[in-house]
Amino acid sequence: MSEATFPTGRVELEIPARTEFVSLVRLVVASAAEIGPDMSVDRVEDLRVAVSEATTNAIEAHNESGSNERVGVQCAVSEDEVVVMIHDQGHGFDPANLEALPAPESPERLRYESGLGVFLMQALADESEIMSGPTGTDVRLVVYSSKRASTD
Amino acid sequence: MQIVVHTHLVDSWTVLTVAGELDVVGGPELRQHVMTATQTGASNLVFDLTGVDFIDSFGLGVLVGALKRVRMVDGDLRLVIPERRVRRVLDVCDLDRVFVIADTVEIAIGAEPVAWSK
Repeated sequence: MSEATFPTGRVELEIPARTEFVSLVRLVVASAAEIGPDMSVDRVEDLRVAVSEATTNAIEAHNESGSNERVGVQCAVSEDEVVVMIHDQGHGFDPANLEALPAPESPERLRYESGLGVFLMQALADESEIMSGPTGTDVRLVVYSSKRASTD
Repeated sequence: MQIVVHTHLVDSWTVLTVAGELDVVGGPELRQHVMTATQTGASNLVFDLTGVDFIDSFGLGVLVGALKRVRMVDGDLRLVIPERRVRRVLDVCDLDRVFVIADTVEIAIGAEPVAWSK
């Protein structure tokens, strides 16, 4: 008898490039992730922060480029992981150009009122990938289930 | 409106009790409250974030901006964050080494300040 497998679920959202919609994206992605059979509350929380950063960046990219297009969010929940893709049609950026953060005790660190977003995405997701070009940016965030994390 | 802020005094400290989400919407709202408090002469602030259930880099940016603002007038900013999940976001960014972070307003006010150089 084969073991019953958890069916992969998929949610897609298209939101206007307005910051008021970031909390809706967090809510939908976190609720979807909680359906995963082995997703711990802490990991859902990590994903919530990472998705918030990526979605806000996408909205700001549209606002900076004057785009009226919607920002796309796809969330796929399976037994092993939650994968979230955030797509924008802004002007893109070079992730390699992001500055490294100064040490926390350095007075220089307090210059960094912004710029922690990409750092947080990378620190909190198990996988994070930024694919950016002149016609837009795709961010892929993956958080593993506790089952996968324990077998990897 | 993403957040609700109430302000009261405890000794020489101005305590801002914040409820809601400190993100790209709630962060700037808090910044406005900080401006109002500092413009009326407050330099020792406590943010009681017990009622905050979410923070991301935009919220962190406002905390760091507020700390810089009060340090310019030799004041201080202390944080009350009992919720472990919110605290984790600050810890990941090493901001636990920049701020006094406590579980209650009383402990935050009584704590030794974090050493810093101008």
